[in-house]
Amino acid sequence: MSTSPSVSVALVGNPNVGKTTLFNQLTGLRQRVANFPGVTVERKTGTLAGASHIEVVDLPGTYSLTPRSLDEQIAYEVLVGRMGKTPDLVICVVDAGNLERNLFVVSQVFDIGLPVVVALNMIDAAEENGLKVDAQALEEDLGVSVVPVVASEGRGMDALIQEIHRTSEPAPPFRWKLIDAVDAEIPPLCEQLAKESPDIEPVHQKMEVLRALAEDEALDALRPQAPMFAKHVEQLREAFASRGIAWRHAEISGRYGWLNPIVNRCVERIREPATLSDRIDSVLTHRIFGPMIFLVILVGIFQAVFSWATPAMDLIEYGISVLVSGIQSILPSGWVADLVTDGVVTGVGNVVVFFPQILLLFFFLGLMEDTGYMARTAFIMDRVMKRVGLSGGSVLPLLSSYACAIPGIMAARTLGNERDRLITIMIAPLMSCSARLPVYTLFIAAFIPAGSFLGIFGYQGLTMFSMYMMGTVMAFIAAAFLRRFIFKGQQSYFMMELPPYRRPRLQQVLVRMLQRTKIFAVRAGKIILVCSIVLWFLASFPVVDSDADRLQVEMQATQERDTQYAEAEALLLGADIDAQMLRDSVVTSDSPLAEAQRIIRNAESDYRARMDSMTIVQQSAQIRGSAVGHLGRALEPVMQPLGFDWKISAGLVSAFAAREVIISTLSIIYSVEETEEGFALRDAISADRYPDGTPVFTPLVAISLLVFFVFALQCMSTLAIARRETNTWRWPTVMWLYMTVLAYIAAFCVYQGGQLLGFT
Amino acid sequence: MTLEDLRPGESGRILGFEPNAMTDRLMEMGMLPGSEVQVVRLAPLGDPMDLKVRGYHLSIRKAEAALIQISKCEP
Ligand SMILES: Nc1nc2c(ncn2[C@@H]2O[C@H](COP(=O)(O)OP(=O)(O)O)[C@@H](O)[C@H]2O)c(=O)[nH]1
Ligand SMILES: [Mg+2]
Repeated sequence: MSTSPSVSVALVGNPNVGKTTLFNQLTGLRQRVANFPGVTVERKTGTLAGASHIEVVDLPGTYSLTPRSLDEQIAYEVLVGRMGKTPDLVICVVDAGNLERNLFVVSQVFDIGLPVVVALNMIDAAEENGLKVDAQALEEDLGVSVVPVVASEGRGMDALIQEIHRTSEPAPPFRWKLIDAVDAEIPPLCEQLAKESPDIEPVHQKMEVLRALAEDEALDALRPQAPMFAKHVEQLREAFASRGIAWRHAEISGRYGWLNPIVNRCVERIREPATLSDRIDSVLTHRIFGPMIFLVILVGIFQAVFSWATPAMDLIEYGISVLVSGIQSILPSGWVADLVTDGVVTGVGNVVVFFPQILLLFFFLGLMEDTGYMARTAFIMDRVMKRVGLSGGSVLPLLSSYACAIPGIMAARTLGNERDRLITIMIAPLMSCSARLPVYTLFIAAFIPAGSFLGIFGYQGLTMFSMYMMGTVMAFIAAAFLRRFIFKGQQSYFMMELPPYRRPRLQQVLVRMLQRTKIFAVRAGKIILVCSIVLWFLASFPVVDSDADRLQVEMQATQERDTQYAEAEALLLGADIDAQMLRDSVVTSDSPLAEAQRIIRNAESDYRARMDSMTIVQQSAQIRGSAVGHLGRALEPVMQPLGFDWKISAGLVSAFAAREVIISTLSIIYSVEETEEGFALRDAISADRYPDGTPVFTPLVAISLLVFFVFALQCMSTLAIARRETNTWRWPTVMWLYMTVLAYIAAFCVYQGGQLLGFT
Repeated sequence: MTLEDLRPGESGRILGFEPNAMTDRLMEMGMLPGSEVQVVRLAPLGDPMDLKVRGYHLSIRKAEAALIQISKCEP
């Protein structure tokens, strides 16, 4: 290769053949994750070890260059140069154990006119499976270099890097044959297309013609710029059809017709195939054990995510409180310090505290993907998903959404059907994410009795479980509804490769977990930071000036304290106490000295109590008078039918940044320190009363609020990500509206229905 | 007969397709007229099917399998 400052190398191949593993081997830690322009698919690039001018790009997996999903579209567009310049070299990664189908897309890459090196990966697994691939023979037949590698162990990397440096000639294109009748018609079409669309590069002409011939969408895309060409293609199709020529699949048959004999020549079966993977499958997808094992794995993962994360989350919370007091001791007190501590640090802390859970979830999902079990979950669940108009492919995005809707929505990209993808995105936020958990926990702990039903199922646990169930069931109902009335037409189909089970590589899983978490942190973090600051301002302004009141209270309190001091003094003066007695502290409990000390102590604690309660009054007055308080009170009439007073309404407004923020808002409104025990807020809300003495929070109000949280889309970040993934504000808007309406109706039914039934 | 009619363990040779949204992709995945396909097993709820084509496993629904004409291979 030339040594120009920047040479780009693209990794192309089917999903699951080890592209990312190879990418990590080639680039080590010199990686960067950004986005492809205009779309949200990650563009992972890195520079080659020892050759920093060579940039490697990891493309999404693709079965064919006739793209059928967003991921595949990207791979195709990069290769033909519609996303920046075309790569200077393509490394086609193929699975040696499944060569024929893997070479299909390779044969398409050959026709683009780029230099190609084939990385023959997974030769270890192929050999275990009794297959031996003759790389030499393959190289001769394909006409490009073939390097045997084992990406997961780094074997063959030196040879591959040498080939990267050496290869500069474009691969020989069109080695396969079309049936003669079709082949004869291609050159005139190429000429016609060249005439009408001179900007299509000559090397891409034949590809474009073949695609236009086979694919209606491709033809429609060319029609505006090449109307005559389009007409010729249509005439040709009719002519073929009347002569009974299978024109539509001529290209596919041609490619497999070329590849089949090559594979037969180069792949030798040296042993009977291993049956381990099949035997595992006969258990894991067994009629009865399959679903049971799936359920056990799910429960296990959730148990682990929620319980293993707790110590780390406590540690983070502790760290944040240390940080806050550290900042408070450095910065002079005032609104700047408050903004930094209450706004920025606490706001960001609200997100960071979920990292342990999200890391764990990504870890387990990565494990499921790496072993090949993820495809089986789709296989097992497809029948269920079909009932609501989705396919098994939506299982993974929806499962991820239990941790956070953001990775879930991003994972929907792999779905081949655009309708399936949109529906999955639209229902993903109904799965109870981990941000709802602290809200569930707080209100369940405060209002649901600790007893148990039949002595086994605790009421609190049952309530928690019903929250998750409610969201999940509603997600399915919403999917069925959307499929039926909004995204009509085109039935979803299901086609999924079931890769052999593989031993997972811990390092691989860990790297992927960290990368995904980083993307999540960056995406969500920015928005939540901004929202936290905005909300802090909304809660702090306009400033409610209560200093005069405080002064008055202080004066009164001081006066009372002084009166008591005087009383104590009088007591002491009237008694006969000598200095000796004072020194020795020989005081009996009923002596005048003890009495005086008691009075003084009481006077001081009275004073402190009055001033503390004044601080609380001031803080409450502040939030009541702030923009958030006004919003809350403006909403109160609307929210009253759900049992929510202005404080809860204000909390809901603030929870829009992130659901768990309602807890910190309520803490401020009730003026309890969040860090102090954690039970303080629970006690404060249970004790709150309306002016007429009825409690603000009853178990019914709490349940109504919980139900509201199950359904409401109280999350800026989700809306932002949905906007980016759908490229329009339409779907996020619809999503927010339908979920909010759903939440309102559900909470309304719970509260009003509950009251009718006589609950409080 | 169609692919849907095969029982687990049986195989057939593809004769042709009734065109649908999936046909192109199925062919790209190596299920061409003339290819041999084996039904390995059914999912726990009876659908979809686990097929073996060109040495790898592919899963499709029975509804789509019903659009693939085959001739059954004798064991
Ligand atoms: N046995 C074996 N496994 C491999 C090899 N290369 C990758 N893998 C595993 O194959 C799985 C898929 O790899 P990945 O890089 O994610 O594939 P991608 O989808 O093409 O990016 C992972 O579990 C890897 O650990 C290899 O050479 N041999
Ligand atoms: Mg990958």
